[in-house]
Amino acid sequence: MGPALVMVAAFFVAPVIITLGMSLTDMATTTGLANWQWVGLDNYERMARGSFTLLILGNTVFYVVVTLAFNVLTGLGIALLSANVDQRVGGVFRALWLLPRISPSVVYALMWTWAAAAPPYGVINQLVAPFGIEGRYWINSDPWLIVFLINGFVGASFGMLIFTSAIKSIPEELFRAARVDGANAWQIAQRITLPLLRWPILFVLTYQTMSLFASYEYILLTTNGGPGLYMTEVWSLWAFHTALSSYFGNLEFGYGAALAAVLVVMGLLVSFILLRVFRFNDLVSDPRIEIT
Amino acid sequence: MGGLGRGISSALPYAVLILFTLPILILYCWLGFSSFFTRMEGLRPAGAFTLENWRFLWVPETVEQLANKPPIIPLTINTLVFSLATTAVVLLVSSMAGYALSRLNFPGRRAFLGSVLLLHSFPSVTLLIATFIVLRQIGLYDRLLGVILVKAAFEIPLGIWIMKGFFDTVPWELEMAALVDGAGRITVWWRIVMPLVRPGLLALGLLAFVSGWNEFLLPFVFMPSGSQATLSLLVRALLGEGRFVDYGLLTAVGLYYVLPILILFLFAQDHLMKVYGGGVKG
Repeated sequence: MGPALVMVAAFFVAPVIITLGMSLTDMATTTGLANWQWVGLDNYERMARGSFTLLILGNTVFYVVVTLAFNVLTGLGIALLSANVDQRVGGVFRALWLLPRISPSVVYALMWTWAAAAPPYGVINQLVAPFGIEGRYWINSDPWLIVFLINGFVGASFGMLIFTSAIKSIPEELFRAARVDGANAWQIAQRITLPLLRWPILFVLTYQTMSLFASYEYILLTTNGGPGLYMTEVWSLWAFHTALSSYFGNLEFGYGAALAAVLVVMGLLVSFILLRVFRFNDLVSDPRIEIT
Repeated sequence: MGGLGRGISSALPYAVLILFTLPILILYCWLGFSSFFTRMEGLRPAGAFTLENWRFLWVPETVEQLANKPPIIPLTINTLVFSLATTAVVLLVSSMAGYALSRLNFPGRRAFLGSVLLLHSFPSVTLLIATFIVLRQIGLYDRLLGVILVKAAFEIPLGIWIMKGFFDTVPWELEMAALVDGAGRITVWWRIVMPLVRPGLLALGLLAFVSGWNEFLLPFVFMPSGSQATLSLLVRALLGEGRFVDYGLLTAVGLYYVLPILILFLFAQDHLMKVYGGGVKG
């Protein structure tokens, strides 16, 4: 118990408090760790007035909504399809979908960098050529597409696994009864499986919303917020760039901490709204499907 | 339903699955092909089969791109040390805390469990900024040991939950008997309970190892001088070298880096699937 408390305290509780404290200071590389000053809510005011704040907020919402839709729908699709084919083949497909998640992010990003590379490299160019689309450097020409693809093909596997185990826990009799009544695969999915997946879907939606708000690693490794100024910059990447890896050489810890604090509030707010919209309380009183 | 209709409707799910999975297949096939051929045209090997791209393993000094970078073998050892040490810390701390939370009724138990879950979903960038300051203050900045501790700490909240779940399934009576016979609490934990939760330790250990082996952000941010760099930093450095990317070399290094994980996945697939699904129970 002791060691856990110490580590959780040193690397979780302390950082959270320090972050909140730092967001009220002007701490940066220029001030060093000794000569900083309390500046009250100046950082938050600067954020509210900043000319890029709205753009980055818009980017963040766009990124979260589209990737979330891709993740949940693809995850659901793969889970339903792989449950409807031969069990061993289904397992192979699920294993393939898990590959991006277990591969190092730098290697996975390397593969997409190649796929999206300018001619004569790049498999995307080759694949779209028959449709009369001219070859291009996709990371520059369509950065959002690449951001969605690279995050989507990692993210979908989470939903896929949760949905798969939920489908497996639905009693076989329900399906058998439906088949006896002459229902086809689509009707079974629509009338039986999907309604029973309400709880896992809510869980995946909420969990992934939080994860997506916080995630920036794959964007950092591909477009790095560009091309151009802040074109694909999302809020968490903005905080990262400001405090830990600035283009301008001056790391603004204080301002970055303020950005990070706002990110936490955003994440909490959105999951609260989601739980409200889906009437969480009604759901938990239902006999729910255990996610095991 | 006629014979033809049935044939189509049972083949349809396969076709859709293959179509959707194609991008993943293409990416990984290319990684393999590209590292063994002199030239690629998209997915098609256009040159001859070669081991040239892998020469960074036996004659690293001849590879121009690696000239000003740390040699590959020490990098591999660093990566291995990093992931093994992280795994050891995560296993030890999570199983002690998980056991305490499962068995002892101390004040604040519920609050601790709740806050641990909350911490797990905390945006990592929030933690990174302040951890940066914490590491500097305790003198572990730019050192592998510091990154190991931070990585382990980030994995521990999930680890505690997983291990608590496993300890909950171990029946009380076993420990009771040993305690009555006069064994100490620590002895009981180590000798009797720990062997019974071996599947949990295996699952959590695999998760922590894979996650440690793959880690990029923490060494990237907390070890800027690169004196104890890991493989992820090397791949990132090669990738960031701009427009004249040598994809042959890059894919060979990338494949070398990901290969242990792929082999592990092949053997421990079922375990890993369970862990990543979040539903790890005895």
